[in-house]
Amino acid sequence: MGLYVLRRLLAAIPTLFVIVTIAFFLIRVVPGGPFDLERPLDPKVLENLKRVYGLDKPLFEQYLTYLWSLARGDLGPSFVIRDFSVAEVFARGLPVSIRLGLLALLVAVIVGGTLGVIAAFRQNRPADYAVVGLATLGITVPTFVTAPIFQIVFGLMLAWLPVGGWNDGAIRNTILPVLTLSLPQIAVIARMTRASMIETLRANHIRTLRAQGLSTATIVRHALRSAALPVVSYLGPAAAQLLTGSLVIESIFGLPGVGRYFVEGALNRDYTLVMGTVVMIAVFVLIFNLIVDIAYAVLDPRVRHG
Amino acid sequence: MADAVAIAGRGYWASAWLRLKGNRAAVASLVALILLALACLAGPFFTGHAYDRVYQDYVREPASLTVHPTADRIRPALERVASRMRMSLKEAEIGPVSVRAVFASPRAIDERNLAFIERSDLFGPAKVTERRAEGREVAVEVPIERNRFLFGTDANGRDLLTRILHAGRISLAIGLLASGVALIIGVTYGAAAGYAGGRVDMVMMRIVDIIYSLPFIFFVILLVVFFGRNFLLMFLAVGAVEWLDMARIVRGQTLSLKRQEFVQAAEALGVGAGGILKRHIIPNLIGPVVVYVTLLVPKVILLESFLSFLGLGVQEPMTSLGVLISDGAKAIQGGTYLLIFPAAVLIVMLFALNFIGDGLRDAFDPKDR
Repeated sequence: MGLYVLRRLLAAIPTLFVIVTIAFFLIRVVPGGPFDLERPLDPKVLENLKRVYGLDKPLFEQYLTYLWSLARGDLGPSFVIRDFSVAEVFARGLPVSIRLGLLALLVAVIVGGTLGVIAAFRQNRPADYAVVGLATLGITVPTFVTAPIFQIVFGLMLAWLPVGGWNDGAIRNTILPVLTLSLPQIAVIARMTRASMIETLRANHIRTLRAQGLSTATIVRHALRSAALPVVSYLGPAAAQLLTGSLVIESIFGLPGVGRYFVEGALNRDYTLVMGTVVMIAVFVLIFNLIVDIAYAVLDPRVRHG
Repeated sequence: MADAVAIAGRGYWASAWLRLKGNRAAVASLVALILLALACLAGPFFTGHAYDRVYQDYVREPASLTVHPTADRIRPALERVASRMRMSLKEAEIGPVSVRAVFASPRAIDERNLAFIERSDLFGPAKVTERRAEGREVAVEVPIERNRFLFGTDANGRDLLTRILHAGRISLAIGLLASGVALIIGVTYGAAAGYAGGRVDMVMMRIVDIIYSLPFIFFVILLVVFFGRNFLLMFLAVGAVEWLDMARIVRGQTLSLKRQEFVQAAEALGVGAGGILKRHIIPNLIGPVVVYVTLLVPKVILLESFLSFLGLGVQEPMTSLGVLISDGAKAIQGGTYLLIFPAAVLIVMLFALNFIGDGLRDAFDPKDR
């Protein structure tokens, strides 16, 4: 097992290298630079700034320098957020994003999974139609619509919860963002669970359980094991996406996560910040894909990693 | 020979169409989508407002059926106009279609000043009926301009209904065109990779995998930043990013089709690669591709809305549903109608497209329910 994990992590390095290379040159091709302000800087100042950040060197040399520092785990200084290194920016924002993402993921798995199982057991009956309809709604309504609607309903009309702000992670402040983040995921998970559960319920081993007159709870427990497989493989990328922050949620609710750095960095040509975000997202994706593969082996004994 | 004609089996398309017709949700969605598209195409000509016409006197008018201006607003509006003309409103008799007003001034009135009346959104050009008191008073007949704002007006005083219809048009256009771009790139790339097979296939799919693992929004933002905020280039950019899934689907299908007996039979009969592609591969690809495109359109519309929400999309005075929703979300304290109406149109559009896509999938592939 340990050997398998190690091999997978080593295999991830070339992928990461290609991603970093492409992202590095893509962002440099885009016109403009990090110090192009509304009021142009004094040429002398600009020259000094460029020298300090090593931007005056040939592009390929900069690339090698970046790779070298990345290999040592250094993401470099942010160009636009002054006096902060990219690592420090993430250190402040990531805990917020990870906490919101994990909570949303948990809510999505519990609620979505339950709804999906209920729908599968009541296939083509009102409860099933209700779940499918809700799931379609959850997939089609974008978060930038649900977020302000929740703000109106729960924040302004009912005045139960704060409209925004982080407030050092008070539970009251996290409810609305987590709810908004989890809704589309609930919808997807409910749909997937329903589909694979319906398939599994027709399988021979489940029919045997039914014939033996076992309780619904036991049948669900057995069916879930194989029905969970497609959901688990969806959860990998979904978790990576949720945990690396959502720009919409963070900007609407005014939360200090890392979701906004990507767009902000790209717009400001904050090269190191953009690269740092790319690396961060790629690492999350790789880690969660690995976790998914391990979970797969646990759930399905036919899959074994040597 | 005659026997062969007697039993005309239902073809691939006919049976798919039959199954689709049996799906009530899909048919209802299709009707709703067609109506919505027609409304978006033709509607802006019938609302009586241009999408970029600013009514300064009707800023943030809530949605209602009432005809503007309401009777209680005519007199204050006339008084405002009078003060702008440096006159005072002496009398005003408000009729159903016009107002008879008498303006007074300490000095002789220059009739050219009356042009100020017309500049208000409430009144038409004034007609002088009588001059009194040695030209220091003037009686005019002012027609009232009647306007309806069914969905209200936005923060700049533009008719929301017209803007929503216009936005719907743009969102639909972007959705269709970007999906078209993705379709062309994806099908060509996927079919080429699948049919070529072997090492070419491996390299081509490896490229797709690598692009896949790059954060997707990163690409879009770079493309938008690179090409500038241009309407045409934007959906090209979106389409150029969205082709990856299409390429994968098409490649997979091509690979499995290539091994089918009828393709092998054609090969054995000496049909060339082009003939096989045209006669056997592409017609069999159309089903899954149509399904995927139908589901891609709402995805692209959503993506465009998201970009517009970030301020990277369509620029003023052009508008899209994402722009309107973003404006509405910023102004929720002022009036929820600014958010609700565009959001509702977007949701109906996406809902319909998703249901049609699901219906098509069931219709083309009855096994995969």
